[in-house]
Amino acid sequence: MTAAAVWQGLLDPWSEPVLRRALLEVVLLGVAGGLLGCWVLLFGLAYPAESLAHAVLPGLVLAVLLGVPLLAGGAAGLVVATLAMALARRAPRTESDTAVAVVVTALLGLGALLALAPATPAGLGHLLFGDVLGLTDADVVLAGTLALGLAAALTVLHPALLAVGFDRTHAAALGRSAPVVDAVLAVLLAATLLVAVRGLGNLLVVALLVAPAAASRVLTRRMAPMMAASVAIAVLGGIAGLEASYHLRTAAGASIAGALVGAYVLALGWRAVRPAG
Amino acid sequence: MTLVRAEGASLGYGPRPVLTGVSFAARAGERVGVLGPNGGGKTTLFRGLTGELVPLAGRLECAGRCGLVPQTERSRLDFPVSALDVALMGALSWLPWWRRPGRPERDAARAALSRVGLGDAAGETFGDLSGGQRQRVLIARALVQDAPVLLLDEPFSGLDAVTSELVERLLAELADEGRCLLIATHDVDQARGWDRVLCLNGRQVAFGPPDDVLDLDTLEQTYGGAIVELPEGGAGVLPPHHHDHGAEGA
Repeated sequence: MTAAAVWQGLLDPWSEPVLRRALLEVVLLGVAGGLLGCWVLLFGLAYPAESLAHAVLPGLVLAVLLGVPLLAGGAAGLVVATLAMALARRAPRTESDTAVAVVVTALLGLGALLALAPATPAGLGHLLFGDVLGLTDADVVLAGTLALGLAAALTVLHPALLAVGFDRTHAAALGRSAPVVDAVLAVLLAATLLVAVRGLGNLLVVALLVAPAAASRVLTRRMAPMMAASVAIAVLGGIAGLEASYHLRTAAGASIAGALVGAYVLALGWRAVRPAG
Repeated sequence: MTLVRAEGASLGYGPRPVLTGVSFAARAGERVGVLGPNGGGKTTLFRGLTGELVPLAGRLECAGRCGLVPQTERSRLDFPVSALDVALMGALSWLPWWRRPGRPERDAARAALSRVGLGDAAGETFGDLSGGQRQRVLIARALVQDAPVLLLDEPFSGLDAVTSELVERLLAELADEGRCLLIATHDVDQARGWDRVLCLNGRQVAFGPPDDVLDLDTLEQTYGGAIVELPEGGAGVLPPHHHDHGAEGA
């Protein structure tokens, strides 16, 4: 096979409007997820992010059943999940992570129960695994708004995030409040999950936040290169996932998640070969 | 010129005071050793002076900004920041929250690193630096805060003799420039070389020039069973078994 044929093969998917829209979506979500993922990792929020993503499933299913926007259902689901976790933590002899695990499992189970009930219309699998090929222009506009807003917010917050992440005990002595920074980060995380879940699904969306940032953390030890590498890996991983989905006829969301996790494994391999730095 | 003044101050977490009856005044150019056991109130006093804690009773005043130099092991050594990034954090104390540090702040941070002898290490990853270098980076951060009062939390902890001497010389220079330094330490002998000592053990035990204050009785009230009489006639403090790193570490 010639180089020209390979290049043509790579360009083939983008002749279709559905895939061009999906491409734009994964690029925008890659920018958002790649940037935010670095702070999710450095603030130790990978597990809470995964928990929140899974816990919104009942809200998403109910949104479909009631005919309201997914964003509204997901937002309501997030509020319920947060309140339930806060309540569960107050139970006697219950550790925080135990409370989160119990609530998340219960909500994920409830979501699956609703989605798989005999009276529920078929085809709610996209809530679990995403439907990046079924997006509308409005979804892409939403992803663009998220990417822009997130980039702006993280640019302004960057010094405060560095100060709190580096030494949260004494950040207040520098005039930056750790609880306020934590709260803003939680809001940004929730917004990203709600927007990205439409394309990547309830079970796979966390791959976008965690895998590129984890890979870039392995490759570099400075914040700016880490964020640049994380965005690049998220965007390229998203494109590679769509290419794989097109050529191998695999599920798009799962292919993207697989490509992102693959990038992390490759980064580990690179670090094993080049341990210094 | 008095830079730090406490009058009957009580401090605590919530309604419960963990440090009471603090009354002292520290002037520009003075090095004040803050002595006391773990949990005795040294960190609580510092948190009151930085404004993190509001006195439950009495008054606690600092003329100008207080720059805090925490113990280096309280920072995350795996965090992806350079020495310059850390020094630059000092600018946050006077920048509004929406303003990012710019060229003037970066220049100030570089100048502060040069001031502590680390001008060539600005690009080094903080976690890769030695304990003494990290301590000096945190001092540089406090200098970028442009603080007339520096609060140093056990700055000699874990340093070898040579590095300790280097840091001690740096602190003397900073005091000579007119800053007021409050230095939490367990080293009674070292504190004897400073201008004043403040002894705390849940309350203020004593304050004054070391020669007047550091007698066996005061040290026993300050450290309780951890104090030992030395063969040459002085007194020493048994090294603490552990440091309280919790948020409420008093």
